[in-house]
Amino acid sequence: MAEVMRPEKFDISNDTSSLASPELLHVLAVDDSIVDRKFIERLLKVSSCKVTVVDSATRALQYLGLDGDNSSVGFQDLKINLIMTDYSMPGMTGYELLKKIKESSAFREIPVVIMSSENILPRIDRCLEEGAEDFLLKPVKLADVKRLRDSLMKAEERVFKNIKHKRELEASDIYSQLKRAKI
Amino acid sequence: MNTVVAQLQRQFQDYLVSLYQQGFLDNQFTELRKLQDEGTPDFVAEVVSLFFDDCSKLINSMSRSLERPENVDFKQVDSGVHQLKGSSSSVGARRVKNVCISFKECCDVQNREGCLRCLQQVDYEYKMLKTKLQDLFNLEQQIVQAGGAIPQVNIN
Repeated sequence: MAEVMRPEKFDISNDTSSLASPELLHVLAVDDSIVDRKFIERLLKVSSCKVTVVDSATRALQYLGLDGDNSSVGFQDLKINLIMTDYSMPGMTGYELLKKIKESSAFREIPVVIMSSENILPRIDRCLEEGAEDFLLKPVKLADVKRLRDSLMKAEERVFKNIKHKRELEASDIYSQLKRAKI
Repeated sequence: MNTVVAQLQRQFQDYLVSLYQQGFLDNQFTELRKLQDEGTPDFVAEVVSLFFDDCSKLINSMSRSLERPENVDFKQVDSGVHQLKGSSSSVGARRVKNVCISFKECCDVQNREGCLRCLQQVDYEYKMLKTKLQDLFNLEQQIVQAGGAIPQVNIN
């Protein structure tokens, strides 16, 4: 009779977490202003994030492989944990980018934060309705990023704990079935 | 040698505080300085350098748009002002930002003369700030060369 593995021996690995690494949030930042790009990049690095910065919504879509052309980066390899985009950009706005991301089955779960220098209530409402995680007034502060990071880490932890718990339940269920079948 | 460093640090501190007091800089500049450390000692200088380049570029293009009275592209000017306001806000360039607020108002009512005045003013302000910050960075450099640390300056 083969030995039935006890549930504890199953390896509940960390790969269910979508974090790029246990501590690092990988952020995709989108802004047409070179000054703001430099600023947000540093802000995020100081906040222990991995950063990719692009200068337009179109480039952001290209990076994500959502621009229609077959991109060489398979989305499974791309572990973006957060997208931060400026609202007013020439060509495609941050709002339009938000919509495209929420329409995508691959990326709709990624939180999208809109940044704007203008405190326009209808604009804020529209973004939040479309599924934006948050709306930040520019210039963005260190405290804003910290708050964002903390709330995302908590959400990740919750998701990870749920998945782990689910796996434990599944594992012990299999164990019980095997035991009953006397394999 | 200690007193040389202390003197330079004092000079730096006083100069920086005066820039805030005279309205050249606001709190956002403080935020920028917070992001700089020993590993990135040129961060602030690099950001403001990008800002000044941006100013020059935007002022030139807005100037072209405002050139001919019978054919002003106010939409282009408005876009330029918006960008300038945004970037000046991001680096804490308070006076430049304030001119942009007036500039936008002139644009909204399609006041070419007003726009031209604002354009001139914004040009003056950014160049003035550039000179002031250059003096500040020189002081910083002197402190470092004398073996001292750049003081953390608290602005109320």
